[in-house]
Amino acid sequence: MSGILKIALKLLVNDKSKFIALLVGITFAVFLMIMMMSMFSGILARSSSSVYNIGAKIWVMDPAVNNATSSIPMPDYVLSNARSIHGVKFAVPVYFGNALVKLKSGAYQAVSVVGLDDATLYGRPELIEGKIEDIYAESAFIVVKDSEFKKLESPTIGTEFEINDHRGLVVGLAKVTSGGLFGIPTVYTTYNRAITYIPSMRFTTSYILIEPKSEADIPFIQQQINKLGYQALTRDQFVRKISDFYTYQTGMGMNVLMMTAISFIVGLSISGQTFYTFILENLERFGALKAIGAKGHELITMILFQASFTALLGYGLGVGLASGLMILAKLRLPSYAAQVTYYNLTFAFIMVLIMAGVSSYIGVRKVLQIQPFDIFRG
Amino acid sequence: MGNVAIKADALVKWFGEGETKTTAVKSASFEANFGELLYIVGPSGSGKTTLLSMISGILKPNEGAVLVEGKNLWQMKSDDIADLRLHKIGFVFQDYHLFPRLTTVENVAIPLILKKMDWNEAIKVALEYLEIVGLKDRAQLQPVKLSGGEQQRVAIARAIAGHPDILIFDEPTASLDGDTGRKIVDFIKTKILNPQRCVIIVTHDSRIYEFADSIMKMEDGKIIGFERNTLHVA
Repeated sequence: MSGILKIALKLLVNDKSKFIALLVGITFAVFLMIMMMSMFSGILARSSSSVYNIGAKIWVMDPAVNNATSSIPMPDYVLSNARSIHGVKFAVPVYFGNALVKLKSGAYQAVSVVGLDDATLYGRPELIEGKIEDIYAESAFIVVKDSEFKKLESPTIGTEFEINDHRGLVVGLAKVTSGGLFGIPTVYTTYNRAITYIPSMRFTTSYILIEPKSEADIPFIQQQINKLGYQALTRDQFVRKISDFYTYQTGMGMNVLMMTAISFIVGLSISGQTFYTFILENLERFGALKAIGAKGHELITMILFQASFTALLGYGLGVGLASGLMILAKLRLPSYAAQVTYYNLTFAFIMVLIMAGVSSYIGVRKVLQIQPFDIFRG
Repeated sequence: MGNVAIKADALVKWFGEGETKTTAVKSASFEANFGELLYIVGPSGSGKTTLLSMISGILKPNEGAVLVEGKNLWQMKSDDIADLRLHKIGFVFQDYHLFPRLTTVENVAIPLILKKMDWNEAIKVALEYLEIVGLKDRAQLQPVKLSGGEQQRVAIARAIAGHPDILIFDEPTASLDGDTGRKIVDFIKTKILNPQRCVIIVTHDSRIYEFADSIMKMEDGKIIGFERNTLHVA
């Protein structure tokens, strides 16, 4: 580190009260921004969990569908048409619904039911106990062993329960990529059993899952589905649609945006004000440095270094604090929906750079305005 | 190097425009030589500080020229003037302007660090200068823990650490008691001044006039008297 930066660092850190105030301001702002954005990211990721867990390349749905759990059943002809489209390797139906389970203890628990195509079991989860073919046994269900698993009183293979007054039998335990958003357990069964056990409307197909012959066939398949009055989305498009719904149509996105903006303003106010006071207190000394022979660009370097050092340290502390709190929260609440993403980190970093930039700008302006002659005049 | 350290030629400085125009220095000319302890004296508002600022490259005159070791100061670029200040001129400000968050030795090392000297080397050299001013044992203290006289000496150590040819003191005894003030000026005269260095002191403290080699008297922006090799001007 060059000598002038060392001076700048010592001037900054040796003024403990202001340095701590600056750090607290930036750390607090970063902590709040990361927490808010991570919670939102976690919610968005979990809202698309079914899409990730099933893993189909193309999802066919009613155009009014805006999230995976609120499907609008489609008539059977859509499936027949989908299968006849050039470029479709196969197309299968999948059922998404909810049911009430009566547990051994007599307690009731809502569950999310996924009905897989009887012939192919396309979209089946990875089993950690049991055999997938047992799903064809009478009243068979596979239970997902995720953070909500305990709500079903931790069943094992052979555990019986009632589901909408039908007998249910656990034949396997599965794991999935991502847990659901609404904190209810998920069970898998066959498509036909699902529509038998759960009261349905006239149409029963929640989604049609399509495997294209090649990636190049996807636009044509989407075009043909559109002609039927339905929508075919790739996995990423469907995830984006769900994210857009939660971001723009639920108010959640606006709330997060407002909280993030408030965190930024609070951080900027504290750091800007404190840094300005710091500069004001040292203004005469900066003037003295000028008189001694320091050049303008050297003083600017000192101030930028001080602001950047504080900002980066505060950023690191804020990210660490937020991550630590999320780890603690997940230890207590396994279903806690928060995830730190590169996007969140980058966004918070840019915000911190803006804070450092604004604070430095105020400081630099002030320091460049001071004339050594003012120091002589006293 | 010739004998003339600084030559001021018909310097004029005014502030404001129109009815608010005030001329602080009116056609001031003088020479300060190496090996000379020159006092600029006069009442408050006489233009001493303005003149000092113009000859040290801090305030641009409206008219006239300043030659520092033969170079026309105000024809140089601002960065070159800053470089000249760093390498040729040492300042001791009235309020010292020491950095309270740095240690005494770090304060003294500042001109060396500005000259891009390695940090450890600068601290080592600064310690030598603290020894010259008798404050080596205070090296690791912060300036606020020193007395006024000690702070003055730290400021002197900082000013001379950069090996300047010209040293400028602004009211060096203003905030010191008489005895300490005399000791400081005696120290400047005996330890700091040498044949390769010119020392200019702005003061209106008549108690220290006896140390001067030359005294330049100012009033209302004009030089009204210049006496060399005299003990008292009154």
